[in-house]
Amino acid sequence: MTTPAPALPARLAEIVEEFAELEGADKLALLLELSDELPALPPGLEAGDMEQVPECQTPLYLTVDASDPTSVRLHFQAPAEAPTTRGFAAILHQGLDGESREAVLAVPEDFSAGLGLAQTVSPLRLRGLSAMLTRIKRQLRAAPGV
Amino acid sequence: MPVAPERNERFAAYAHPERLVSTDWLAEHLGEPGLVVLESDEDVLLYETGHVPGSVKVDWHTELNDPVTRDYVDGAGFAALMSAKGISRDTTVVIYGDKSNWWAAYALWVFTLFGHEDVRLLDGGRTAWQAEGRELTRDRTAVTPSDYPVVERDDTAIRAYKDEVLSSIGRVPMIDVRSPAEYTGERTHMPDYPEEGALRGGHIPAAASVPWARAAAEDGRFKGRDELTAIYHDEAGLTPEGDVIAYCRIGERSSHTWFVLTHLLGHTSVKNYDGSWTEWGNAVRAPIATGTEPGSP
Repeated sequence: MTTPAPALPARLAEIVEEFAELEGADKLALLLELSDELPALPPGLEAGDMEQVPECQTPLYLTVDASDPTSVRLHFQAPAEAPTTRGFAAILHQGLDGESREAVLAVPEDFSAGLGLAQTVSPLRLRGLSAMLTRIKRQLRAAPGV
Repeated sequence: MPVAPERNERFAAYAHPERLVSTDWLAEHLGEPGLVVLESDEDVLLYETGHVPGSVKVDWHTELNDPVTRDYVDGAGFAALMSAKGISRDTTVVIYGDKSNWWAAYALWVFTLFGHEDVRLLDGGRTAWQAEGRELTRDRTAVTPSDYPVVERDDTAIRAYKDEVLSSIGRVPMIDVRSPAEYTGERTHMPDYPEEGALRGGHIPAAASVPWARAAAEDGRFKGRDELTAIYHDEAGLTPEGDVIAYCRIGERSSHTWFVLTHLLGHTSVKNYDGSWTEWGNAVRAPIATGTEPGSP
């Protein structure tokens, strides 16, 4: 069930592997570290212009810049009071920002199973992560000029 | 040995003022023997970002729930959990959390299923503590495991199951504490995006809408007794001696209301239907009313 899917971009595969090697509290520590590292939005971009992900238990906004299909840029915004959501966003940010459109679209919907977070974080909370990926892909497919 | 309750003018009018502590009281009593402070949040990582010094985390999802069956842990599971948190049967437990104490109230309600006697809420929760600029730390709290007896969970007094709810329609007053859009059923699902929700929208027929947040003041603390009486008794028509069933989506917001009715207004027979809308709205042939009116039973 936790076999990593073959098609993951290198950095995302690395993150999945890091999580898979850790247990319980250490998994949470890694998620917290990632959460702390989620960058602020670049100047000129505001949450109001972004898509909200209602499946997350706390407000999360994301937007995809696919103007260069060889290097897709991902932007996320979530409040400090939502570190789990921020951590999920950071997994996708660090794992996929700068990848090609094709590479992002090829990420399996269920890649998060490989993180082994279901027990530590709960399957319900993990839905937020899947929902983020789904919406990123949807924005990519709808991006103009493709 | 339990810790003496706080004597605070602000709580005096409540039916059971000993169920609340203020941020001042908590700050003064941190580290006192016989007291364990628990943080219970919606977000599983929030505690790790900084918590009240010496507090211990309890997670509603991964610790209070049974990992397989949709149910709470059993007596042995609860005893093991309490032991791991350094809680004994006579420990005073103060719980605080995010989201105006939803999950703190939920944890308190689960503690009550096991008859843990002295469990209190921090009025205003994590937000109040933080807003006052009080200390939060990332230091790990060292816990000395305690002995906690195996006490069987008693669901009869404060927990309602679906069958009981069904047979109570039109007989027992119910309050739906979700947001108005959830109550009316107008909130629809977007295609392809399963929410933590239900196949059908609306409310249990005859249930009155009293969103949980009406019990909270701007700063997240509980409103005064007079205001609460106006909302739950004068407006919603509940009586302190009568039976009441409260529900929401998965039982967390209704735990907040359960706390208000039971401990602040002195109701004697309030049940929380924790299956709530995620069960009811998915159940085959469960009757549903839509719109702003409670509807007829």
